[in-house]
Amino acid sequence: MSIKIAIIQFPGSNCDLDALHVLNDVMTIETTLVWHNEFKGSQFDGAILPGGFSFGDYLRSGIIAAHSPAIDEARQMLKDDKPIIGICNGFQILTEAQLLPGALLQNESLKFICKWVKLRVENNQTAFTNMMELGSILNIPIAHGEGRYFTDKLKELQDNNQIVFKYVDNNGEMGEYSNPNGSLANIAGVCDLEQKCVGLMPHPERASESILSPEKTIHGKLFFESMKNFIEKRV
Amino acid sequence: MTLKSAARDPVADTIQRDLIAKKGFDMVSHVRSGQYLKISLQAEDKDSAEQIIVRMCNILRIYNPITQNLNILKVTEIDQ
Repeated sequence: MSIKIAIIQFPGSNCDLDALHVLNDVMTIETTLVWHNEFKGSQFDGAILPGGFSFGDYLRSGIIAAHSPAIDEARQMLKDDKPIIGICNGFQILTEAQLLPGALLQNESLKFICKWVKLRVENNQTAFTNMMELGSILNIPIAHGEGRYFTDKLKELQDNNQIVFKYVDNNGEMGEYSNPNGSLANIAGVCDLEQKCVGLMPHPERASESILSPEKTIHGKLFFESMKNFIEKRV
Repeated sequence: MTLKSAARDPVADTIQRDLIAKKGFDMVSHVRSGQYLKISLQAEDKDSAEQIIVRMCNILRIYNPITQNLNILKVTEIDQ
């Protein structure tokens, strides 16, 4: 079967073309850019909310985009068993839309941070991590000013296995210097209860070709291979 | 709208540590930062104006109840 993926563009999205390139050219998955007001979830098998900004991120990052009709479409897609990933600003939008738990606050250092980090896979059962090994370490870059994950329901997230990625050091441990932004419990990514919606601050679309990676890894591809696997197994 | 006490507030911490305390105002024990919106609207009276604002803030998530507290500081009448 051929699967169709949408990348939803908001005013200010700027990682949409990177994601499009990886999906179309690296993964050879039929992928389309769709303006948020025109997005119809019924036409696609999955959706990506890309990184960048949205509506100037006024008030809070992602809050205005969270009121877009695209979010109602995304909500329906999840009910229809279709996977959705929010990357960086896309993650902020999904939390503000309450499709994902928690919130993203300004980095503890108050600085925009752009660097490669190590992620440990905490849940490999989701629509975007099923091709990963549990506990494996991924090289993925971050680039954000508001990525400090916060939740008032940490125990609930742990009990429901909703923590998908944690920031770790080179040894895979949560050391003093492995938390780049002050996230609660080093959380880098979470999922919804059904594990079909995933959000994370790091950018898998920037880590899917060896030429772009300092360690020549292509761990970002695992996200999109997992998505493809999830969709193909579902049908 | 102010950050809840459970969420660390590095903006306020920096203001307190690197400005207030350094410049001798060490009697200041605590600073929290926040966001402030000044809203004008038409309503029957002050009570209904406040009710509309609170309802709007909840429905539109003008504040994020996970991380922020909402406080209505003052409601005043303005003549048309």
